[in-house]
Amino acid sequence: MDLITLLSEPLSYDFMVRALITTAIAAVVCALLSCWLVLIGWSLMGDAVSHAVLPGVVLAYIVGAPFALGALVFALLAVTLIGVVRNTSRVKEDAAIGIVFTSLFALGLVLISVTPSQTDLNHIIFGNLLGVSMADLVQVVVLGVVAFAILVLKRRDLTLYAFDPTHAHAIGLSPRRLGALLLGLLALTSVVALQTVGVVLVVAMLIIPGATAYLLTDRFSWMLLIAPVISAACSVAGIYVSYYLDTASGAMVVLAQGIVFAVVYLFSPRQGLIGTRLAKARRKRAVALAS
Amino acid sequence: MTGNAPAILVDKVTVHYGEVLALDSASLSLDPARICGLVGMNGSGKSTLFKAIMGMVKPDSGRVLINGQPPVKIRKEAGIGYVPQSEDVDWAFPLSVRDVVMMGRYGHLGFIRRPRKADRDAVEHALERVELSDYADRQIGQLSGGQKKRAFVARGIAQGATMMLLDEPFAGVDKRSEATITRLLRELASDGATILVSTHDLHALPQLCDEAVLLMRKVLMHGTPDVVLQPENLAMAFGLDVMNRG
Repeated sequence: MDLITLLSEPLSYDFMVRALITTAIAAVVCALLSCWLVLIGWSLMGDAVSHAVLPGVVLAYIVGAPFALGALVFALLAVTLIGVVRNTSRVKEDAAIGIVFTSLFALGLVLISVTPSQTDLNHIIFGNLLGVSMADLVQVVVLGVVAFAILVLKRRDLTLYAFDPTHAHAIGLSPRRLGALLLGLLALTSVVALQTVGVVLVVAMLIIPGATAYLLTDRFSWMLLIAPVISAACSVAGIYVSYYLDTASGAMVVLAQGIVFAVVYLFSPRQGLIGTRLAKARRKRAVALAS
Repeated sequence: MTGNAPAILVDKVTVHYGEVLALDSASLSLDPARICGLVGMNGSGKSTLFKAIMGMVKPDSGRVLINGQPPVKIRKEAGIGYVPQSEDVDWAFPLSVRDVVMMGRYGHLGFIRRPRKADRDAVEHALERVELSDYADRQIGQLSGGQKKRAFVARGIAQGATMMLLDEPFAGVDKRSEATITRLLRELASDGATILVSTHDLHALPQLCDEAVLLMRKVLMHGTPDVVLQPENLAMAFGLDVMNRG
């Protein structure tokens, strides 16, 4: 089989085309958002929000409302609860996050277990990439485009918020509102990515690309380019591999991102464990040659 | 600016964090174009006073007026420049010195904060003024202690701030940079900027400041640096160990 058939064969199936488009969109939007999350130190928050949306999605399914609406409501509920528990008791933030998101996640699982449905709601948990319907695709495209547009247009404000919220306040912006915007986008993006990799693995797409890009550059503007490109490439590669090896597609996408992170972690010329040593050795050789 | 209103008026401001009393009916009036040193030990309320002036904490009682107006007014005009304490900055953040200085312009930019030529010029001018033009493309963490401070001062200059608040600007800064920063702030004050500097680095104060304030949750004393820095006055704010150390 030559390369062209290798790449084009899966595309002859409509479900594969839909899977690729959905994953690519989710990958790009998640990757953009991940750049801010890893720099603010909100990875755990990403984990929490992406799990906590589960009951919202199930309830939305039950009443026939858009998934995104239910997810948004429960994302905000989760963030509020975390803040309340942290601020009004001696429990620290990481514990508050752990308590709130696992409880809400469990609530979601309970709701799933009692909800009769034609579609298997368990797909929300592990993703159902190959079962993306046309309606799902439309929703992912709309939400993805909205989240993408807001992130790109407000990227400078969000970066300012991540870097120095006090300065943001001093020049008349509202750090509280920018933080809320970022959390809202987190909820929206979680819904986009649910479809692809499921609730459990969304957090991978919300952290790994940003962390990988962070190891590759000292410029935030480059991170915003590197992270989505790596993420999209991993997603497409992951789906092809899962097609030919007949493995779980969502998990394969995340695995691909994890592998790329590992390679960058080891070999990045700026930050990599081995890469920096190699660069040092090269410089030494160059000096030795010159003298 | 309205008439002869003081640049900063802090009027009997009290702030609690939960049970903790951070400021206790603190009062302070500062005229325009003056440099004032805020002296007090950790926990004396220096940071809280800054936050009250910027309108980041709402006083339980009392009020803050900037140029005779509530702080929200000068914030909307992007009039306050803020130089954070080193510990409050993520120095590994992937931004260049120029990126950081450009953030000073954001208050003047439109919805998506796209800089125009005038903004880029303001940034280059500010970098020149703090003598960091050659370092503009460095990642901010790759500057020396003094250069880092100057980068944030440049942000305030690019912003066109008429008021600068500096939190411990001399911590981790070598003598030469300290002199450079002092000269820079004196220039800005003579251009009309009002500058409030919090510090527990007392020896730098006399060259820098026109006046000094002793803070211990309330304003204990407000006068010229040589009076305020008398050992018996410092003892009030710091306890006796300062006198012992000399």
